[in-house]
Amino acid sequence: MSWRKIRVIAWKDILEVRQNKSVLVSMVLVPLIILVILPVVMLVLANLPGSAETLNDPDLQTMMQKMPAAIKESLGDMNDVQSSIMLMFGYLFAPMFLIMPLMLSASIAAESFAGERERKTLEALLYTAASDTELFIGKALAAFIPTLLISFVSFLVYALVLNIGGYPLFGRLWFPLPSWYPLVFWVTPAFAALGIGATVLISTRVQTFMGAYQASGALVVLVLGLMVGQASGVVFLSVWVGLILGFVIWLAAGVLFFFGIQQFNRKALLYQRAH
Amino acid sequence: MDNVIEVNHLQHHYGDFQAIQDLSFDVQPGEVFGLLGPNGAGKTTTVRLLNGLFPSSGGSISVLGYDPGQAGAKIRENSGVLTETPALYERLTARQNLRFFGVLAGMSDEQIRQRSEQLLEMFDLQQRADDRTGTYSKGMKQRLALSRAWLTNPKLLFLDEPTSGLDPEAAVQVRELIAAVRRQEGTTVLICTHNLDEAQRLCDRLLVMRAGRSLAMGTLAELRKLVSPGLWLEVHFLQPFAGLEQVRKMPGVLSLQTESTQSLRIEVAAQAVIPQVVSDLVGLGAQILRVQAQEISLEQVYLQLQNQQHPRQSALVNGGAL
Repeated sequence: MSWRKIRVIAWKDILEVRQNKSVLVSMVLVPLIILVILPVVMLVLANLPGSAETLNDPDLQTMMQKMPAAIKESLGDMNDVQSSIMLMFGYLFAPMFLIMPLMLSASIAAESFAGERERKTLEALLYTAASDTELFIGKALAAFIPTLLISFVSFLVYALVLNIGGYPLFGRLWFPLPSWYPLVFWVTPAFAALGIGATVLISTRVQTFMGAYQASGALVVLVLGLMVGQASGVVFLSVWVGLILGFVIWLAAGVLFFFGIQQFNRKALLYQRAH
Repeated sequence: MDNVIEVNHLQHHYGDFQAIQDLSFDVQPGEVFGLLGPNGAGKTTTVRLLNGLFPSSGGSISVLGYDPGQAGAKIRENSGVLTETPALYERLTARQNLRFFGVLAGMSDEQIRQRSEQLLEMFDLQQRADDRTGTYSKGMKQRLALSRAWLTNPKLLFLDEPTSGLDPEAAVQVRELIAAVRRQEGTTVLICTHNLDEAQRLCDRLLVMRAGRSLAMGTLAELRKLVSPGLWLEVHFLQPFAGLEQVRKMPGVLSLQTESTQSLRIEVAAQAVIPQVVSDLVGLGAQILRVQAQEISLEQVYLQLQNQQHPRQSALVNGGAL
């Protein structure tokens, strides 16, 4: 196996992604909306006079009552505004963060795998001396590396937004909470790998980038499940839950990769094209 | 010297569909060999099998001394392929495209740089080498795709429909480039085409295919003899000529075709009998205006082969003497 070949495959795909407006838009918009615009709007509202009454909503209080003891304890000595902001952006937003690696990895992988077929460049690639494994790893890395970079940068930006916008409320740097570390550095890469694995599998069966992207987008249901679970108090993404969740997702991604590699060979790719 | 390609009784099927049936041929070093046939004849599948993209269902193949089923990567490393579409990365520049394929072929950065410059100049692409290839004309894209195929100085080159979709001017340019590079580098070339003019101009030998089968193989002269063993004379008369029966009985005359009362096509056994036939025609009172020897075109050969099973074709297909 040649790492030089793997590197050039990843380099080419990343270069192409950088020039693809539809993928670039999703790479910028998703983090911008979820991790910047939404918190900024909420923090601005929270800093306005009268926000205490607004955030002292009975529904919000009922939800807070349902939260696990660990969360209630961490919010214990805070006022309503502080506890609402911390609950929302420190805890409830955590699963939302995972949408990003999933969507980014799926869109880049769809561009990389199904995009080759759509643009009719696949055959020339298959006529090269690169092995199936080199092609697969190169393409998977082309989706994995930018996803991680953007996720980590987004996390930094999110932390900055929350600390700067929240400073008048908390009077200190309050984010990230400990539960975010496994989420960002362990669960996020796992979700990125899961998105890539699913997209690779789907890409061998569909002809277009959009087809692959939309089908793999169904994985967002997983994140929505986590969000609902956490909002209803059933799941709390603590450090330990994060570690276990990451392990399970890595396992699932491994299974998808295993089947993806079986599908990603010249015969399967060309045989599918011939029909 | 050993043949560059040897194919014996090759079979391939996609599910129930038999794509290649009992195909045998060989390609000699330095030769331009053409696979000629309509769409669906099995040309592209043959090239894929020769490159080891997937294993065959039966028969044996040797390419550059390697078995594609075992050493496909080795074959691909030593050969170049021009696919039916240029298949370029249109968001990348020409140089970036060449670098990508050069690294995958195992070339060093310095080798890629030197060879790219040489090819970009040879194919007249240097001015636009740093532009995205998506902005290129079809002819430019095809020239760049040819450069990519030639990048590694391959011993063997596969060209799948090299002028497909090009305007006549660009097609001529690409054909001239293929001929020039072949002369310059002595590369063995296998061309898949349904363009008869292209095949006639470029190929030393041809394999005519239909529905995955071989119909005939040989040089153009051999294929001509296969469908029409004699030489055709077109004779035009000043006055209507009525002695057809006497002409039919002349020594060396194989067959006749009447075009009109003042013109006749005569198939003669060999060039040597032409003076005698002309003399006999004059003796029969024919007032000859013009006599023209005609070679049967590849188009006529091809259409005849595609439309009928010729009784003598098996000898050629099986490599028998003409």
